[in-house]
Amino acid sequence: MTYPPNPDSHPSPDRGPAVLAAIAAGGALGGLCRYGVAQALPPGGDGFPWATFWTNVSGSLLLGLVVVLAVRRFPESRWMRPFLATGVLGAYTTFSTLVVETDLLAAHGYDSTAALYAASSLVAGLAAAWTGLMLGRILWPECSER
Amino acid sequence: MSASAWAAFVVACSLGAVARYLVDGGLQGRVAQRFPWGIWVVNVSGSLLLGILVGLNQHSHLAGVPLTIAGTGFCGAYTTFSTLAVQTVELAEDGRASKAALNALGSLTAGLVAGAAGLWLGGHS
Repeated sequence: MTYPPNPDSHPSPDRGPAVLAAIAAGGALGGLCRYGVAQALPPGGDGFPWATFWTNVSGSLLLGLVVVLAVRRFPESRWMRPFLATGVLGAYTTFSTLVVETDLLAAHGYDSTAALYAASSLVAGLAAAWTGLMLGRILWPECSER
Repeated sequence: MSASAWAAFVVACSLGAVARYLVDGGLQGRVAQRFPWGIWVVNVSGSLLLGILVGLNQHSHLAGVPLTIAGTGFCGAYTTFSTLAVQTVELAEDGRASKAALNALGSLTAGLVAGAAGLWLGGHS
């Protein structure tokens, strides 16, 4: 793949209303899903924020899949990346909550939980993204690329 | 949350995602394409903003529902973790190990500092 094949940026991004609407709709859906997970998963006894952890890990796995799917199956689609990658999964996962939760854990004396949370989120998130990309390449082999 | 609070939350999520797209696209077009500075700046700036909002909330200037809308909704959707993870893996696969490490660890370190600075700023205003 040539760089940047990343889900969000393009050398000349399309700022047309249809693309922005797809991102807005996806963002609303992703944010609502994140809110739902936050309601369903309470923090652990040591304050470990499981909701954000699982949101970020599952979203990274799904984005890996979507990136391959978009490139290999729907290269012509104008809405797939804006809606699914930038919108839904971009808004479903969050970076600011991860770091502020880590800062708050450390500020309240839970140093080891803070360190464990930040490190495990990064390691598990990267492993999940890699797994998603690999799984996508198995599911949608290169030969089908046009 | 009330119906209007839910509506505001949904709009905040949409605005966050669109803002991320525009900031990322605007920055990425101006700088070298070999490092994902766009998402880097989005994540660090969003962490500063969320820190400020949470810091304000600790002194109850901003109660629960407004924080959910602006913090969980806007900042949560503006910043992203999945793109950071996928971009880092792609840099590593591309043989750019040091850039991958800089992206992952640099984002996390700068985000933690920005979040802490925001908490301090919000708590002291």
